Amino acid sequence: MNKKLDSKFNLRVAGNRVFRKGYATVNIDGCEIKAPVGEILAVTLFVTGKLTLKYSSRKKEPRGFFCLMGSCQECLVLVNDRIVLACQEIVEEGIIIKTGINK
Amino acid sequence: MTKTYPNDIQNVDLVVLGAGPAGVAAANVASQEGADVVIIDENSSAGGQIYRAPPNEFKPHDSFKSDEYQEGEKQRKILKNSNVKALFKHRVWSISSDLVVSIVGPNGLSSLHTRSLIIANGALERIIPFPGWTTPGVIGLAASTILLKSQFVLPGQSTVVAGCGPLLIAVANGIIKSGGKVSAIIDLNSKSDWIKASPRLLSRPDQLFKGMSWFANIMKAGIKIYGGHAVTNTKQVDNVLKISIAPINSAGSIILDSKYKKIVEGDCLAIGHGLFPSTEITRLLKAKHIYDPHKGGWVPLIDDDFRSSIPGVYIAGDATGISGAFSAVQKGRIAGMTAVRDLNLMSSKKYKVKIKSERTTLKKNENFGKAAVILMKFRSELIQTITSETIVCRCEDVYRSEIDEAIESGARDMNQLKAWTRCGMGPCQGRTCSEAIEAILASKVGSRELAGQWTGRTPFRPIPIDQIIGEYSYDDIPIPKAAPL
Repeated sequence: MNKKLDSKFNLRVAGNRVFRKGYATVNIDGCEIKAPVGEILAVTLFVTGKLTLKYSSRKKEPRGFFCLMGSCQECLVLVNDRIVLACQEIVEEGIIIKTGINK
Repeated sequence: MTKTYPNDIQNVDLVVLGAGPAGVAAANVASQEGADVVIIDENSSAGGQIYRAPPNEFKPHDSFKSDEYQEGEKQRKILKNSNVKALFKHRVWSISSDLVVSIVGPNGLSSLHTRSLIIANGALERIIPFPGWTTPGVIGLAASTILLKSQFVLPGQSTVVAGCGPLLIAVANGIIKSGGKVSAIIDLNSKSDWIKASPRLLSRPDQLFKGMSWFANIMKAGIKIYGGHAVTNTKQVDNVLKISIAPINSAGSIILDSKYKKIVEGDCLAIGHGLFPSTEITRLLKAKHIYDPHKGGWVPLIDDDFRSSIPGVYIAGDATGISGAFSAVQKGRIAGMTAVRDLNLMSSKKYKVKIKSERTTLKKNENFGKAAVILMKFRSELIQTITSETIVCRCEDVYRSEIDEAIESGARDMNQLKAWTRCGMGPCQGRTCSEAIEAILASKVGSRELAGQWTGRTPFRPIPIDQIIGEYSYDDIPIPKAAPL
């Protein structure tokens, strides 16, 4: 299963303004993509077009990251099968991310 | 109560919570006076949210370095060169009344028993709900500043920037500077609100000049600014957010008549209605609080030297009342010096001399910060945008209609509302919805004071059970030697 995730545009500020040390391969819902090492995972998902990260507990409504600072708890995803806040995780080689949990 | 702790609990003179500008200043000054200081922050380096550091792997080129980046680097260096022990990537999840601080970090749980505590946990962003605010792609203004400053990422291809205060202008300017597009600015404040706040800005002409240059960038980019308008609804249609806005009249009401409604579009809505002091720790410790709109909301009661109502507990920075990053440094230094003075590590003569010059600078910087507070103050008309079908508590999906029903049935304070509807009971501990729910309740019972605050609860942040038990397995359980038969 190697669907391509394509974002229509690049939200990352270009390399001639910001140096990024390297790229890692991460697996998002079965798709492998390259992302800058050290980037906040919630940001990687956002830039990749994965706006919905989870579904709310009671009404199963789609939710995405909101505060990006560990307060709102809306960006829960599975990383290597552990439930984590995507805004508190960073891109590392080989991590496997699953979105869409009900929490 | 007997105070014996297991051997693995370390005793220290001072624990500082939060490594933003206030925390770093407090820790540094206390350490210089010889105190044994530990500073704790959940991020991987110092700076707080205002000077949030980019990852080590990212480096902006010189021409793209912001003032905030440079100031953050300066503060990170100060901390690095001090004797302060820094625990980054560590979260405090509980604090007991005898000041045992419970921490969870990359290596599991630990505790510190401290003689004094400085709380410098800053502020939270107030975002008053409106239909559609839970749509993915709607994010906070503060979140947008993290995207721009620390991640070098645009919030959208075409972003609608809405709300109030300096963050509004900072985010719009940041997007332009980063090569992005702002489709519109929706400002709760009208031009006359800005003019009213401006005399205070003169106390820091350097910063006033910076703000004006941001405004100039926005004007040059030809961005439409809707002054005196509020966002009333957001709907996602395909990949576009259709954002309804309405004007606010001079009496301070949002005119909801469809005749005045306008719709703006973007793929991201960055919205924030100001900052309010974070009180989760001081509420847990049962410190006295007062409601002061000029400080951004509920604040722990402090004396002139930043002592809270709890002996040995001090508050610094925006947690004492919103006044910005510049004044946070002096607030931190005064709190740090007071803490070491109370520990008898500093002579009262030296304390008096040092504190005096800090107060002079504090006054100037606070005056500047107050202009921002005026522009970010809570506006009761925003309650109009919380329709009965709007989710107010995002964690537990509690609707405005359920809150209203509970109040109709007799819920008279915040804890009652929580028990009856589950609002504020979810994993965010009410940080995201407290301002909206307090405001709804206050509008019915008469005041914020009567509505009260939620009781502080632990854990401050959810902690996974595997982090509590660590690498512990059945094999680690010691089996006592069998008794002789």
